[in-house]
Amino acid sequence: MSKIVTNNLNLWYGVFHALKNVDSAFEANRITAIIGPSGCGKSTLLRVFNRMNDLIEGVRTDGEVIIEDANILNSNTDLVVLRKKVGMVFQRPNPFPLSIYENIVFGEKIHGDRITRDKLDEIVERSLRDVLLWDELKDKLNEPALRLSLEQKQRLCIARLIAVKPDVLLMDEPCSTLDPQGTQRVEELMRELKNKYTIIIVTHNMQQAARVSDDTGFMLLGELIEFGKTEQIFTAPFDKRTEDYITGRYG
Amino acid sequence: MERHVDEELKELNKDILKMGALAEEAIYKSIEALKNRDKEMAKSVIDNDSNIDKLELAVDEKCIDLIARYQPLASDLRFITTGMKINSELERIADIAVDIAQRTLEIVDKPLLKPLVDIPKLTAVAQNMVKVSIDAFVKGDIALAKKVLLSDSEADHLRNVIQKELIEDYMVKDGTTAPRAVQLLLIARFLERICDHTTNIAEDVIYMVQAEVVKHHPEKLKNGK
Repeated sequence: MSKIVTNNLNLWYGVFHALKNVDSAFEANRITAIIGPSGCGKSTLLRVFNRMNDLIEGVRTDGEVIIEDANILNSNTDLVVLRKKVGMVFQRPNPFPLSIYENIVFGEKIHGDRITRDKLDEIVERSLRDVLLWDELKDKLNEPALRLSLEQKQRLCIARLIAVKPDVLLMDEPCSTLDPQGTQRVEELMRELKNKYTIIIVTHNMQQAARVSDDTGFMLLGELIEFGKTEQIFTAPFDKRTEDYITGRYG
Repeated sequence: MERHVDEELKELNKDILKMGALAEEAIYKSIEALKNRDKEMAKSVIDNDSNIDKLELAVDEKCIDLIARYQPLASDLRFITTGMKINSELERIADIAVDIAQRTLEIVDKPLLKPLVDIPKLTAVAQNMVKVSIDAFVKGDIALAKKVLLSDSEADHLRNVIQKELIEDYMVKDGTTAPRAVQLLLIARFLERICDHTTNIAEDVIYMVQAEVVKHHPEKLKNGK
C-alpha cells in the first residue's frame, strides 16, 4: 500500500527548477532510499513530504503529494499536524539543549493537551525502547542530551520523533557523521522501525542504500530517473544513467 | 570516464581468457594423445593440471579482493561474479581433460579398437564450444553465447552415435572388446560433459550482459529473449 504518492511534482527555488515532473509511490512499512549526485534534488524531494521547503524564500511547487488521500501541498494543510505525522531526522543530530527526558517529551508537550507525568514517563520509556536506548539511558534521563555520543544523539532524535507517533520517518543522511559501528547500529534500528513506520532515507552512501533499503529511487538533475526494488536497481538497473552513477562512471 | 577499477577488471578478463586457453589446450592434448597413442602427451596433461588449479585459485582470490575493495554494483558486480563462476567451470573442464588423459593411458598399450572418427568430431565440437563461450565472456557477446547453447544438441547427438556404435557393434557382438570400448565410451561422455560446462558459461554470460537468468529457463531462449 502506498503511503506517499507524488503526481507530476515540480518545485522551483526562484527560477531554478529543482524537481521535474516527479511521479513516485512510497510503500508503507518499507525503507526507500533516494540516491543521486549532489544537487540532484533528493533532499528537496524529502523536504517536500513535510513541507520543510516552505521555510525557504522563493520556493514554488505544483503537482500533488498525496498522503492519506489529501494533497499536502494544498494551502489549507495544517503544517503542525503534517510534521507530527511526517517526522524528519537530519544529517547532524540536533538534540535540544535540554535533558534527555525533556527532549523526548518536547513534541508531545507541543502537540498534546495537558498530559500527566505518568503518561509522559510512559512515552519516554516507549520511545527509548523503540530506538534501543532504554537500557543505556534509563538511569540518566535527567542528564543533558548534549553529553551523549553522536550515535546516541541521533537515536535520541529518532526517539523524539517517535514520541509523537508519526507514520513516516524522513532521514536525510542520518549516518554521515557516525563511525562504522554507530552507522551499523542506526541501520539495525531502521530495520526494526520499518515494522511500524514508513521510512525514506536520502544517502550518498551507495552501500548503505543497498544494505538497508527495500526500494530505491535514483535522481539526476531534478528528475526521478528510476525507481524499483533495491535488489534490481543495484544488480541490474534498467537505465544507463543509473548504471553509470552506481558504478562510479558518472562524473 | 576511466575508473581505477577498470584496469583491474581488464586484468581479470585477461586471466579468465588465459584459463580458457589452458583448458582448451588440455582438451586438445588429451585427444591428440589418444589419437597418436602418445603416453608422454597424456602425462603432460595430467602434470599441467596443477598449474591450472593454481591459476583458478589466483583468479578466485582476485575476484574476492575486487569485491572486498570496490564493493562493485550492477554490471561490475555481474562481471565479477560471472567471472568467478566461469573460472570454476573452466577448472572443471581442465579436470575432465585429465580424466580423458587417464583413460587414454589405460588403453594406449592395447590394440586400437577401431579407427577414431566420431570422437575427433565430438572433440572439435567441444573445443569450439569452449573457445566460443570464452569469446562470448571476454566480448560480452550474447549472440556468441546463444551459439554455444545451440551447439549442445550436436554434442549430444555425436555422443549418442558413439555410444550406440560402441555398444551395438563391439560390446554386444564381442565381449572381449568391452575393456577398450568402455574407455572410449567414457571419453565420449567426458567430451559431452565439457560441452555441458560451456553451456553453463554461456548462460552465465547472458546473465552478465543483460541481467537475465536463462539457466534452468530454456523457454526464455525459445522466446527469443
